[in-house]
Amino acid sequence: MEYFLQQTLSGLANGAIYACVALAVVMIYQAIDHFNFAQGEMAMFSTFIAWQMMQWGMPFWLVFPVCVVISFAGGVVIERVIFGPIHNAPVLSHVIVFIALFSIFNSLAGFIWEFTIKPFPSPFPEKDVLGTNLIAMHELGMIGITLVMLVMIYLFFRFTPIGLAMRAAAANPVSARLVGISVKWMLSLGWGLAAAIGAVAGMLIAPMVYLEPNMMLGILLYGFAGAVVGGLTSPGGAVAGGFLVGVAENLAGAYVIGSELKLTFALVLIVGVLLLRPAGLFGRVVVNRV
Amino acid sequence: MAFLEVKGLEAFYGHTQALHGLDFELEEGGITTILGANGAGKTTTLRSICGMVRNNGSITFDGNSLIGKATENIVRLGIAHVPEGRGTFVRITTEENLRLGAYTIKGAKNIADAMDRVYNYFPRLKERRNQQAGTLSGGEQQMLAVGRALMLRPRLMLLDEPSFGLAPLIVKELFEILRSINNDEKVSMLLVEQNATLALNLADHAYLLETGRVVMSGTSEDISSDEAVRQSYLGY
Amino acid sequence: MVADVNTSSAGRRAIPENPANNLAIAGIRLPVWNKILIAILLVVAVIAPFFLEDFDVFQMTYALVFAMAILGLNLLTGFNGQFSLGHSAFFGIGAYTTAMMMAHWEVAFYWTIIPAGIVCLVAGFLFGLPALRLEGLYLALATFALATAMPQILKYHAWEDLTGGVQGLDLDKPESPFPDTLSDDQYLYFIVLVVAIILFICAWNLVRGRTGRAMIAIRDNPIAAQTMGVNNAVYKSLTFGVSALYTGIAGSMSAIIIQFVAPDSFTFLLAVTFLVGLVVGGVASIPGAIFGGFFVLLIPNISEAVADMTGRTDAKGLSWAVYGLFLIITVYVMPSGAAGLVRLLVGKLARRG
Ligand SMILES: Nc1ncnc2c1ncn2[C@@H]1O[C@H](COP(=O)(O)OP(=O)(O)O)[C@@H](O)[C@H]1O
Ligand SMILES: [Mg+2]
Repeated sequence: MEYFLQQTLSGLANGAIYACVALAVVMIYQAIDHFNFAQGEMAMFSTFIAWQMMQWGMPFWLVFPVCVVISFAGGVVIERVIFGPIHNAPVLSHVIVFIALFSIFNSLAGFIWEFTIKPFPSPFPEKDVLGTNLIAMHELGMIGITLVMLVMIYLFFRFTPIGLAMRAAAANPVSARLVGISVKWMLSLGWGLAAAIGAVAGMLIAPMVYLEPNMMLGILLYGFAGAVVGGLTSPGGAVAGGFLVGVAENLAGAYVIGSELKLTFALVLIVGVLLLRPAGLFGRVVVNRV
Repeated sequence: MAFLEVKGLEAFYGHTQALHGLDFELEEGGITTILGANGAGKTTTLRSICGMVRNNGSITFDGNSLIGKATENIVRLGIAHVPEGRGTFVRITTEENLRLGAYTIKGAKNIADAMDRVYNYFPRLKERRNQQAGTLSGGEQQMLAVGRALMLRPRLMLLDEPSFGLAPLIVKELFEILRSINNDEKVSMLLVEQNATLALNLADHAYLLETGRVVMSGTSEDISSDEAVRQSYLGY
Repeated sequence: MVADVNTSSAGRRAIPENPANNLAIAGIRLPVWNKILIAILLVVAVIAPFFLEDFDVFQMTYALVFAMAILGLNLLTGFNGQFSLGHSAFFGIGAYTTAMMMAHWEVAFYWTIIPAGIVCLVAGFLFGLPALRLEGLYLALATFALATAMPQILKYHAWEDLTGGVQGLDLDKPESPFPDTLSDDQYLYFIVLVVAIILFICAWNLVRGRTGRAMIAIRDNPIAAQTMGVNNAVYKSLTFGVSALYTGIAGSMSAIIIQFVAPDSFTFLLAVTFLVGLVVGGVASIPGAIFGGFFVLLIPNISEAVADMTGRTDAKGLSWAVYGLFLIITVYVMPSGAAGLVRLLVGKLARRG
């Protein structure tokens, strides 16, 4: 039982990472209506910027908002400059540009900051939680911040005109323009938000996995998986999906097949979920009667 | 100068030309209809006004030239387009659809007022306010499209075959509402229809379109009483 | 109705013709141009290896292997509208089938190609069945899962004896039967060229026939296709199988020309490479796959050379950034791939000529 609890909790801790990324994935999906393969690398790059600022002697809680703002601006600029000219290109061409961004960020980070791993400080104290060592303070703090972000995003999309307009622009750009929404700017804004959320995720994840250009590779996969399992239309579902993937992966590794095939198992599980519920566990099926 | 004035309008999809020099105009407060068979270029005409297809010629609305303007900026001048196929945002609720219609309107009070007026015209939408819009029936979605346009507090409404695919009773109801919107809200309307009887009944002026050209124009009475129109469009 | 049928074609019924066929450049009709172009390409393909170093011949061989794999992906994604990030897995299955047959049972390499294709056909079909329920991004994720899982499955200790585990398998290099006229590399090149030509011709016939029309109909409007009597489920899973067969044969050829297989050669990155080749060459374009094959093979090398030009010792790190820039520029210049660009240019020329 003790072992089970420990495995579950450590799965939850990993799950918090995935949930964080899944949230960013769903954000950009809501804003631009497809996946951004470069999202993990953008988050990694933001984290390096934060690391650099701390090297220059700035304190964590100053670096944090500055990095979020820089990342937001970076996201907007990338959309304007790189995607602006090819809005009308086929979806698969966009996918190629995502892949290009992926290589560029990964390679540039390695070029500027090198591929050696770097420790990244946690803003939370290194204390045991409630006298147990089952879960670290940082993990708890990270789960907390993820949930706070989730609530903010929910409120933004649900109750602000801009949030509603962003959803509309992604789902039906033609109609959106007919009510006076500037679809171009909504896309840029969506990229900005997604980059900002990615930056937060990166800064929270880095203390757990060390900072290096490839740190997001595996994590992004699980983040995507969490988002899809939870349902791409639902930020809450994405967070739940992220936790679920973390726990499933850990328990499968501990009990079923050993760590060798645990990735495979997690992925099989995900595909299984999708077969039973094609819109994800919490996703809404889109209906249109005509 | 007329409220909406279109001169020498040409429109293109890729290399194919869909409109070959249209001229027409619309008086403030009036209802003008554009009639024509499938593929005549009616939808393209409305899309041109909203800057949604490549076009040249001249389009002036209340003294502003619309050529070369982005769709969202044209809309901001007070032109609401009820598009072919209704353009429902299917994933969100009825009320959110309406709120989107008021995207360009400032002030919570103004928006609430507009919403009340729409619910007044279309009580059915109020009943369905929290329902996912994609699950509304065809008639309800058409009402939603008109309602969404009305939220913009438009001065000109472009309506693309609002009767399409609806049961006759619903069409009758909808057209009565359109008439009162025109009366009460002082909204001018440009109505595109294949159903000529209906349209001529509502409109004061009419233009007849064939393969991207105006072939006849006049008051609705004149057009309705024309022998050729009677035979090929009105069917009696 | 057809009022102006001229005398020469009056005997035939009015078969709706592809309007592109009526285009002409410099007075020569397009189908003729196509034939001329194919003939030139073939001649170049046959004589080029005699003027190149062995290493360059090997590179050309590998580009052809990529082209076959990309063609397979194109059948699925381009013509049938099913997205796959998992074709590295089928490539891997094909490669391992060949490698295991050659290493353990000492089968001659040419006898392993068809079995590798059949194994992948079955694997693709079986994977295509559950994939029927998935669309768009969900299908992308499922295939992506397949790509990620494949190296782990190949490494798994239970069948290490067969697969060689993490180490993989080493094979013997097939020797040229005419060592005086053909080097081993040239020999392999021609083997691959023949297989590639066969596969391309089959694909060409497939997509132009009934089956191809059904595949495309399903891509463009699945509901309409279904109501027209196309059995979407059967066609979609069969397309999956055929697509995997193509990619599997490419994998088999890759094992033969590299003489080595290892699990980490068949990761998700390989699947991404196929996708890049597909888009750069042109979605739903058969000749585009050849362009794509050469592109994904050559551009990384060129990127490295460009990065080296900065003269810095750590320039290697930059080469993937250069690669990324190349990709972006490519998409800008040819948003619909090489095939799209050619179509555009031909259209322009024809209207002028
Ligand atoms: N998106 C499009 N792409 C290419 N051609 C189009 C497109 N939309 C309409 N057309 C062509 O333009 C002409 C006018 O169409 P449209 O304006 O939709 O006619 P209507 O609304 O009167 O039925 C038709 O010949 C039609 O085939
Ligand atoms: Mg129309």
